[in-house]
Amino acid sequence: MIPALVLILFCQLVGEVISRGAHLPLPGPVLGMILLLVGLSLSERLQAIVRPTAQGILGHLSLLFVPAGVGVVAHLPVLQSHGLALAAALVVSTIAAILVGAASFALVNKMMGGQADE
Amino acid sequence: MSEGFLLWSYLSSGQLLWLWVTLVAYAAGDWAFRASGRNPLANPVMLAVILLACVLWGTGTPYQSYFEGAQFVHFMLGPATVCLAIPLHANLGKLRRALVPILVALVMGSLTAVAVALGVAKGLGAGPELLASLAPKSATAPVAIGIAEALGGEPTLTAVLVLLTGMIGAIVVTPLLNLFGFKDWRARGFAVGVAAHGIGTARAFQVHETAGAFASIGMGLNAVLTAFLAPVVLRLFL
Repeated sequence: MIPALVLILFCQLVGEVISRGAHLPLPGPVLGMILLLVGLSLSERLQAIVRPTAQGILGHLSLLFVPAGVGVVAHLPVLQSHGLALAAALVVSTIAAILVGAASFALVNKMMGGQADE
Repeated sequence: MSEGFLLWSYLSSGQLLWLWVTLVAYAAGDWAFRASGRNPLANPVMLAVILLACVLWGTGTPYQSYFEGAQFVHFMLGPATVCLAIPLHANLGKLRRALVPILVALVMGSLTAVAVALGVAKGLGAGPELLASLAPKSATAPVAIGIAEALGGEPTLTAVLVLLTGMIGAIVVTPLLNLFGFKDWRARGFAVGVAAHGIGTARAFQVHETAGAFASIGMGLNAVLTAFLAPVVLRLFL
């Protein structure tokens, strides 16, 4: 577990350094993910080291959003005064984006003669 | 009485209590989610947030003191994002074969998320600052916060809108796509990753591994695209 954490945090660290150093719009962890992806493609040993720990962390991905989510309490006044506009905007746009995204994917895949993965 | 009060003020200002309460709230949310037969309406993140909001409100604890303790959990978002390389790597072949559908669905989904949100909010009377906070809400939290700052929005409000978007996406995605008969796990996962970032991705992993992998690539790509798209679309609505 410790070698896995060393590798994962190292990727994140390098990502942060590149992101901040080069003023990229991409956040450090996303660059770190790309870095680890490159590493995994190059070395099977790396995969064996990182996989169990990574799967353990990803198995509880939902938990990690809870602290930021509780931030809702700090914004109750704004959420109340613009409640309807914000709620409608979030619900309608999220439903529309999911449908448009899934439909464009399926349509283009069909046009290109690709097989569905069901 | 005063001893109990002293103990409470020690615990409530320290990190141990709030870290523990966060884990308990999530365990309770996850238990309710399982007990409901994995009903998407019983989303564990939403249940835990409601539970914690009630505890903070009931004990008069400010969000800042709570976050001191919960930041250990929050910190893990970074390493977890890096870990997404594992499912991505396992699905690299599938991703390569679906490159064109991925790029088209990315642009369409991302554009829809920003434009519909701004259109609806403006139609219902939202002002410029609120629109700027709302524009990047489908991108993953750290990226969305950076974009909102650059656009003149309120970053912490954006964080909340991002979270709400994720919860809405996680709740609606399965019934919605079943209703319209979408069966391709790649299309289903990718769409929810673009529209509802990490929370949508976590939901996709609960349903199917391929959906989860495509959701994480959707989330990653939309983080980049939103940074370019949100300012352009926002200008149309100001």
